[in-house]
Amino acid sequence: MFAYIVRRLIGAVLMLLLVSLVTFGIFFWLPKLAGQTTDQIAAGYVGKAPTKEAIQDTKERLGLDEPVVVQYGEYLKALVVGKDYKAGPVTDHCPAPCMGFSFRSSQPVLETLLDRAPATASLALGAAVVWLAGGISVGVISALKRGTLWDRAAMIIALSGVSLPIYFTGLVSLALFSYSIKIFPGGGSYLPLTTDPVTWFQSLVLPWVTLAFLYAAMYARLTRAGMLETMNEDYIRTARAKGLPEKTVVTKHALRATLTPIMTVFGLDLGLLLGGAVLTESTFGIPGLGRLAIDSINTGDLPMVLGVTLITASSIVVINLIVDLLYAVVDPRVRLG
Amino acid sequence: MAGTAPVADTAGAGEASGAFLDVRDLKIHFPTDDGLVKSVDGLTFQLERGRTLGIVGESGSGKSVTSLGILGLHNKRNSDVSGEIWLDGKELVGASQNEVRRLRGRDMAMIFQDPLSSMHPFYTVGNQIIEAYRVHNDVSKQVARKHAIDMLGRVGIPKPDKRVDDYPHQFSGGMRQRAMIAMALSCDPELLIADEPTTALDVTVQAQILDLIRDLQQEFNSAVIMITHDLGVVAELSDDILVMYAGRCVEYASVDDAFHRPQHPYTWGLLGSMPRLDRERSERLMPIQGSPPSLINVPSGCAFHPRCPYAELNDGKSETERPELVEVEPGHKAACHLPLEKRREIWADEIKPKL
Amino acid sequence: MSVSTSKTPADETRPVQEGEPLLEVENLGKHFPVTAGLLRRQVAAVKAVDGVSFSVRKGETLGLVGESGCGKSTTGRMIMRLLDPSFGKIVFEGQDITKLSQGRLRPYRRDLQMIFQDPYSSLNPRKTVGAIVGAPFRLQNIEAKQGVKKAVQEILELVGLNPEHYNRYPHEFSGGQRQRIGIARTLALKPKLIVADEPVSALDVSVQAQVVNLLEDLQDELDLTYVVIAHDLSVVRHISDRVAVMYLGKIVEVAERSDLYERPMHPYTNALLSAVPIPDPAERGDRQRIRLQGDVPSPLDPPPACRFHTRCWKAQDICKQVEPPLVELSPGHQAACHFPENTTVSATDAVAKAAVTPGTAPSEDPEPAE
Repeated sequence: MFAYIVRRLIGAVLMLLLVSLVTFGIFFWLPKLAGQTTDQIAAGYVGKAPTKEAIQDTKERLGLDEPVVVQYGEYLKALVVGKDYKAGPVTDHCPAPCMGFSFRSSQPVLETLLDRAPATASLALGAAVVWLAGGISVGVISALKRGTLWDRAAMIIALSGVSLPIYFTGLVSLALFSYSIKIFPGGGSYLPLTTDPVTWFQSLVLPWVTLAFLYAAMYARLTRAGMLETMNEDYIRTARAKGLPEKTVVTKHALRATLTPIMTVFGLDLGLLLGGAVLTESTFGIPGLGRLAIDSINTGDLPMVLGVTLITASSIVVINLIVDLLYAVVDPRVRLG
Repeated sequence: MAGTAPVADTAGAGEASGAFLDVRDLKIHFPTDDGLVKSVDGLTFQLERGRTLGIVGESGSGKSVTSLGILGLHNKRNSDVSGEIWLDGKELVGASQNEVRRLRGRDMAMIFQDPLSSMHPFYTVGNQIIEAYRVHNDVSKQVARKHAIDMLGRVGIPKPDKRVDDYPHQFSGGMRQRAMIAMALSCDPELLIADEPTTALDVTVQAQILDLIRDLQQEFNSAVIMITHDLGVVAELSDDILVMYAGRCVEYASVDDAFHRPQHPYTWGLLGSMPRLDRERSERLMPIQGSPPSLINVPSGCAFHPRCPYAELNDGKSETERPELVEVEPGHKAACHLPLEKRREIWADEIKPKL
Repeated sequence: MSVSTSKTPADETRPVQEGEPLLEVENLGKHFPVTAGLLRRQVAAVKAVDGVSFSVRKGETLGLVGESGCGKSTTGRMIMRLLDPSFGKIVFEGQDITKLSQGRLRPYRRDLQMIFQDPYSSLNPRKTVGAIVGAPFRLQNIEAKQGVKKAVQEILELVGLNPEHYNRYPHEFSGGQRQRIGIARTLALKPKLIVADEPVSALDVSVQAQVVNLLEDLQDELDLTYVVIAHDLSVVRHISDRVAVMYLGKIVEVAERSDLYERPMHPYTNALLSAVPIPDPAERGDRQRIRLQGDVPSPLDPPPACRFHTRCWKAQDICKQVEPPLVELSPGHQAACHFPENTTVSATDAVAKAAVTPGTAPSEDPEPAE
């Protein structure tokens, strides 16, 4: 078991390295390959109105003239131990993990990310609770009542949930429950949990439900398919032959086996969402990482875009690591394997 | 103790007979998109405590469907079960699901073919036995655990107090089947159904498991139904044999009669098909031609007629008329159009010498 | 089945005559590495096959029996070169094919064919019977005289299938018919040796007999040599000329069929035979039974010396210290046991003598303890 954990940890670190390599490649190396001069790349990091001096300055600051390998080394070093930026006589220290400075706000990227992360986390985790509860219970009931009216209705709703985009369901729900019937506050009313828990909750109900609807639909279909398969397993027949009540057969025997593979999918989904739920955040005006990403792309704030990308990738890697370890706890066969 | 040899149906429909297990005209049909699958189509037999009935047949003959039907494990939504199943004076086909559920595991238990897939991979062997015991017995976990260890010991698992906390995949195939047997016997059931219990096991382990079932049956005095395709297993364990073909019983006899004086061409075919270690090696096996029929399109008349080498001896009756299961000798029933004398003759002259 | 064949290296060697060894296997072994720890270093090996030697004569059927995990299937796969041996030698028609690259092996693939256990999963469900049986022609670039279709139809007829079923798909056939399709596929290129891995164990009893009979007919008709791998001792007795019994990666006994079944020497063979249920209720009471205790030990850590000693009722100290070699105890009958059954004392002495390596004096009385 110990070796298993350590191996997974090493795997996760390697994944993170790979992530850094890929993001680095996309932002610094690919443009070069595509024929951009270092001046042009530097211009991208200067922001609007690039002057000759500013570009030269940026080139030096980012070391764009160095060989790619050296650049990557510097980039990694910044991530691990931080970096000192010399801007004329002033030296700015950027602590690890240093992802540079936004050239819109001149804030360190990390600070902005940390500032935005709680909103995204509130949205993602809350929605996850809703969709797991909703999706799994609908999926289980559908599987047990396979072929009935309930099953068909649930699966049709699930299909629509999977196919309707968030900006549609989100806007419809806003129109219905915020503007027509004023139960919930409209878009842009988000306040952090620590500031005002009541507003935090009220402003998030609609986004939670909207986001969860999409995922619940997916999870209902996954759970239904998994349940149908599990219910045909020999050990379910054994459980029934023992005389267990059907409820025990379903919850203790079938559901547990069905949920393990779903856990893996859940890890991926949650990891992705923690990096920013772009559409939901935009639709409901939640100041999270997703909106930050959109804003940064619009304003050409490359360091910020890079930061969000790194955060998203890292959260997927980390959550997957957690899921892998949990899997070993749930399935005894993995433990020894 | 009364034998299990078929007795004339003394009890009328709807009332209990004296037999411990009394199955009457059991039909299990599955409506599908392709048509009605008549997996079991009118099966009648009795079984007493302490006796073993072997149900023999090929894949699709309905033998496993029968066993699941007795336990009430068919989903009412996709199957039609009719007829009567009397267990110790209680009728099961008409009983509520909850009533039957309470009997399952306590009065009647089952062991399955593949012990690995039949045990839940996420729970320890002990937990699964404890669970089986506690559904029917109101005892604490500690008491149930002691009982589980005790049962594992009785089925011959070494160091049961240690192995009780192992997961199924940590057991070998034979040990798993022993554990399954321990689980099935944990509530001391009076009826044990073993569905191909040794098919997935090696021959030396098979011998151990068959010995175990035999010993435990004597100890618990339970009634056993042994479902198998292997005539050798049946010959070793059974008191009576029921040969199934296409959902119906074609021959029902004591084990002696079935092996030494079989009355149905299908039984002859089964005996001729298998190479035997206890005989001189024959130059050629005598297979049955063709393959088992589809249960959606069961051949008309005698279901066996397309594969029967003697079908044309019956002036077309084989194709048109279904032979009834009739008592040809005391305690020996067969469903065949061939005149009894002719059958005896064929067996003595053509079949027996070549076995 | 007239097929014009191109010259292959196999053709250049002197043709093997009836009764001469077609296949010789020497000290063949397969160890699967077991890794553990952080660096996944190899910490042990599953000794699936641990040095087996036997030969198959042209025209005969060698049966390979044993319980699951004894290495019989692995041996079959190594002969087919579907698995690379860890050590040892495979000689086919006088040619060492152990180390041949897949490319150089290609001509031999025509001569060596395999029949698999599961007729359901070993046939591609998307291909017609014609395409399945005809595939070997295309793969080996062989042109049949009257066209591939005609050749395939002839083979179908040969295995008892209707040639008009050429365009049907596997799912339209029953299990027994599918196994016939599988056999037809192996016959397409007129192989010399067929390795059949549990060819009938997935089939119904009545259908098993059909396929067993078919295999025997084909052998007579096409002059085939078989290695039949099976766990069913009665099927093996019926189909084989000689039988090798395997236990934990080793061959413990090889003999002519009747010799092996009537005078089994190795205790394990005796136990196996005695465990087979006999379909005769009259023999229920008076059969002498040998019941082995426990399970087969793990091939990861097989018992030292004689691998059977942990379950053998005749085991003495020597069995735990000295591995008995596989030696001929009577003409054509080899067994690897210090205290064999059904043989004279002198033969026992021979084993004991042969087994005791210089330096370790035989302290035990080699007399078998009954």
